[in-house]
Amino acid sequence: MISVMVLHCPWRNHLSADTSALLNTPLNALHLELGARMVPFAGYSMPVQYPMGLMAEHIHTRAEAGLFDVSHMGQLRLVGTDAASAFESLMPVDVIDLPVGKQRYGLLLTDEGNIIDDLMFVNRGTDIFVIVNGACKVNDIAHIQGRIGAKCQVIPMPERALLALQGPKAVDTLSRMVSGVEKLVFMTGASFNWQGADLFITRSGYTGEDGFEISVHNDHADLFARALLAQAEVKPIGLGARNSLRLEAGLCLYGNDIDTSITPIEAGLNWAIQKVRRTGGARAGGFPGADIVLGQLDGGRTLIRKRVGLIAQERVPVREHVELQNMQGVKIGEVTSGLLGPTANVPVAMGYVDLASAGLGTVVNAIVRGKAVPMTVSAMPFVPNRYYRG
Amino acid sequence: MSLKYTEEHEWILVNGDVATVGITHHAQDALGDVVFVELPEVGSSFEQKAVAGVVESVKAAADVYMPISGEITEVNEALRADPALANTDPMGAGWFFKVKLSDASQVDALLDETAYSAFAASH
Repeated sequence: MISVMVLHCPWRNHLSADTSALLNTPLNALHLELGARMVPFAGYSMPVQYPMGLMAEHIHTRAEAGLFDVSHMGQLRLVGTDAASAFESLMPVDVIDLPVGKQRYGLLLTDEGNIIDDLMFVNRGTDIFVIVNGACKVNDIAHIQGRIGAKCQVIPMPERALLALQGPKAVDTLSRMVSGVEKLVFMTGASFNWQGADLFITRSGYTGEDGFEISVHNDHADLFARALLAQAEVKPIGLGARNSLRLEAGLCLYGNDIDTSITPIEAGLNWAIQKVRRTGGARAGGFPGADIVLGQLDGGRTLIRKRVGLIAQERVPVREHVELQNMQGVKIGEVTSGLLGPTANVPVAMGYVDLASAGLGTVVNAIVRGKAVPMTVSAMPFVPNRYYRG
Repeated sequence: MSLKYTEEHEWILVNGDVATVGITHHAQDALGDVVFVELPEVGSSFEQKAVAGVVESVKAAADVYMPISGEITEVNEALRADPALANTDPMGAGWFFKVKLSDASQVDALLDETAYSAFAASH
């Protein structure tokens, strides 16, 4: 029975083929001490859940504050006077006009306009600080280096750990330790200091809740994490709850919901493409796959499929790779992420469907073990976002 | 009455020609919080090792295999309504279904408590 689990594991795409060569984050000893169940993820040994369990971890994060070790993610800096314009040439995103201290979502694209990775970047004035997905970081760095390495310095930061503190009590907790973080608003970042350790903190995350992501030197990560966990509101949260939280928040998981076969427009990430890069904008196009992406955005190219949110009408979890059919029994798409949302308290999913079935309120059938489970195309997020916008 | 186990992490309590089946403590622990079960239909028959049900947590789904050939005589409706019973009382209130055995000799080949404990410790 247990052998079946890996087949349905949402993180299967990220499992390292060679489990003997797994890397550890600087918090590995802490995870083991806390009794975490460790799994291979993006080449690292990572905590999938702690003894509290996925459901309780998920609920705790939405009610109080959860601490996530996301040190497997890639951190890098782009340095040089041309760094912003160079980075902008890789993405359909406005990098040049991003004010100092602001953070933005970005997408690296292939020449066909498909998604190599999604990322977050901050204009820190002296550099552009970039956070990419763990499973993609080696390829991303090679891609960025190869395309723009002559125009700016591309400096990986393997010496830094990354922690996320998420939830409605995150701000009270963190400001008790690091005064001033309460002044940050959603998608901004700044440098701070904690007992001599320099921290770069952004007010952002992957749960839909208010919260922070904290870049800290590996040497200070363990002490800092223990100090956070000593606060009454904070519990350690594993990758399992991270996945259910992000899905309820309507956020894509690279490798499941977006990959190198999907364009930003198919993925419904139009909001990530600022006006200045769109047709008619001052710096329109000029990124890989611009003809295809802007063509789909403008309607000059027909969009065939689109990412949608789905809520099951029966209490049956609908998982990735489940086939979606229209009421005539014709295959119209596939689920890319799905589970019973612990807060939503209904089975939620996202997937790709033909444009004809993508309208809100459309009912489609998910074929689960041969049986049709009706699902309604629904707006995302499934649980309202609670970002702090000031 | 005899309590036996399978390598698929089910338990089976045999009482005459009827047996009660559920998932083990080890199985519920590995799955995490159970949020959904699919139970077989009463009156349906299954061969040993056929898939007779499904148990799902937030993070994973697993098949429930028939530990022994026979006909389903009863399913646990309370478990269907409250799947968390599989976590809180896997060997008791969290039972899955009852089977009328078609070949009682299959019981002898199943694992006893000692053999299962050793198996579970290494899987």
